[in-house]
Amino acid sequence: MDKFHKILSSAIPLPIENVDTDQIIPARFLKAVERKGFGDNLFRDWRYRKDSTPNPDFVLNNPKYSGTILVAGKNFGSGSSREHAAWAVYDFGFRVVVSSFFADIFKGNVLNNGLLPIQVPEDFLTGMFGTIEKNPSATFEVDLETQTIRNNSLGTEFKFDINPYKKECLLKGYDDIDYLLSLKKEIEAFEMK
Amino acid sequence: MEPTTLFDKIWDAHVVNKIEGGPSVLYIDRHFIHEVTSPVAFSGLESRGLTVFRPQNTVATPDHNVPTIEQHLPIREELSRKQVETLTTNCERHKIPMYGLSHKWHGIVHIIGPELGITQPGMTIVCGDSHTSTHGAFGAIAFGIGTSEVEMVFASQCILQPKPKKMRINVEGKLGKNVTSKDIALYVIAKITTSGGTGHFVEFAGSAIRSLSMEARMTLCNMSIECGARGGMIAPDETTFAYLKGREEAPKGAAWDQKVAEWKKLKTDENAVFDTEYTFDAADISPMITYGTNPGMGVGVEGSIPTGDDLTGSDRATFLKSLDYMGFKPGEKLKGKKIDYVFIGSCTNGRIEDFRLFANYIKGKKKASWVTAWIVPGSKQVEQQIREEGLVEIMESAGFALRQPGCSACLAMNDDKIPEGKYAVSTSNRNFEGRQGPGARTMLASPLMAAAAAVSGMISDPRE
Repeated sequence: MDKFHKILSSAIPLPIENVDTDQIIPARFLKAVERKGFGDNLFRDWRYRKDSTPNPDFVLNNPKYSGTILVAGKNFGSGSSREHAAWAVYDFGFRVVVSSFFADIFKGNVLNNGLLPIQVPEDFLTGMFGTIEKNPSATFEVDLETQTIRNNSLGTEFKFDINPYKKECLLKGYDDIDYLLSLKKEIEAFEMK
Repeated sequence: MEPTTLFDKIWDAHVVNKIEGGPSVLYIDRHFIHEVTSPVAFSGLESRGLTVFRPQNTVATPDHNVPTIEQHLPIREELSRKQVETLTTNCERHKIPMYGLSHKWHGIVHIIGPELGITQPGMTIVCGDSHTSTHGAFGAIAFGIGTSEVEMVFASQCILQPKPKKMRINVEGKLGKNVTSKDIALYVIAKITTSGGTGHFVEFAGSAIRSLSMEARMTLCNMSIECGARGGMIAPDETTFAYLKGREEAPKGAAWDQKVAEWKKLKTDENAVFDTEYTFDAADISPMITYGTNPGMGVGVEGSIPTGDDLTGSDRATFLKSLDYMGFKPGEKLKGKKIDYVFIGSCTNGRIEDFRLFANYIKGKKKASWVTAWIVPGSKQVEQQIREEGLVEIMESAGFALRQPGCSACLAMNDDKIPEGKYAVSTSNRNFEGRQGPGARTMLASPLMAAAAAVSGMISDPRE
């Protein structure tokens, strides 16, 4: 897993609620046996028209918006456990997803892929949407070390929660398997109980 | 001793280690795998030079990608075929038992686990599939995981998990005629929303739950993920034991008696505390139908789509976007709306009782001429039982054909896709945009509602 660094970036807004993982990546694009290229089909059915040409009304096709931060409406990532959704978001180039509420499995999946989910209060989220609407190149700062996200235009800051273990993993680029393998003796002893 | 919940008892008995301020290392008793979410985990494992730590605790079956007709032929679609072949070779290489397409035990992963007696009370069970919650019906902690976690279980038979909060949902009283556990599920989700259970593990309790059959309990626990919960569970009782007894992998002889004695202790103590608790009256539940694009957007069949007048801002925009996709207007009645497709099957409603309900309703009636119906058993064993019980003849004389087992139209990953703009009354679990095919309009319901829709060709009340 890549280490998570401080981020200063503009953000891409997706002010829709209950975005489920079938929208993030539809099942028909889950057929690969390798973990690459999923970003091409991120938000596939919103991003492309039926004839596979880009839908100009969708935010990812609007050249005004860019950045490594995705800002989404509440209850982002509900539904299927497909980790392909996390891979697609990461592969597209996002490193942070901000919402006022995340579904559990999706949240776990993104953390296991070096992508930071930041849960912010509803008013902070609304503030971000408002800022981006006024100025699509407005920047936001994310510092995992201090657990802060800053809206540079409004000068507002929010200190977000993250499990200390997961924070350490992201900062150092460690994954859970390295840790679990180090526990092999304890696991075998547990099985003998 | 402090009173504890069923969930705590099982969870605490499986904690190998706890990271200070972090997640627990949870031991996993059974790991189910399928072709879609396992290949990257296998390649990750192999790139670390590892093999599967406990292959005998793992069971594989291909279900998501498989066609539901002509299963004796090679899978036509190349990518699907490759995914199924990859599962086969991975299982051979890692000595994992696999029930492939030609096997008499093949089926949807959440159908075959219980029917083979692999799923048992008190276990921890995971699978790279959110509907793993199904297995909680046996009084197990069962939940869906991502592919990174599949790799963790391969490597160590453990995963790192923060302990969720606990919720109890009580349903008391007697269910009305032709109201099923699917209706309980859709009713509860409509009440608490699709994020109401997030961060929680749910125990279903109360007299209406106790009176449900094992299969009906599986339907309910299956749908618990749709309220955002990690999973749902029901304390094991005589219904559970009677279902399990004699199944292939269930304990036998003295071992059975010993296990049953242990399983009887698996229940929530009186006065145990839940973080959140809801109580519903079974008599308030009607046959349910969804009108929107998440499983929380459901109403009783006699009801109307909400007007949405009380909604503001992004809530209202999301509501209207959803109705626009469905081609519905706020405040409309659902009953009498013409439909195009009916799908009976999936890990939610693909068990023998579901087909009995369906067959019993359609017996002596005829399928509406404009309806396409896909009747898809959850497993080979279910298919066999449908044939043995003479349900196929009932279906055929009413104009329905039985297909072969698989996930089918639940998720538009195989050939069974609902065409754009068409309305499908589906016994599956998700009505998300495009879930059953790009542009498909899904209305979730019970097998009885689906049966009523199939013969009338419109949304109908199975109580009438």
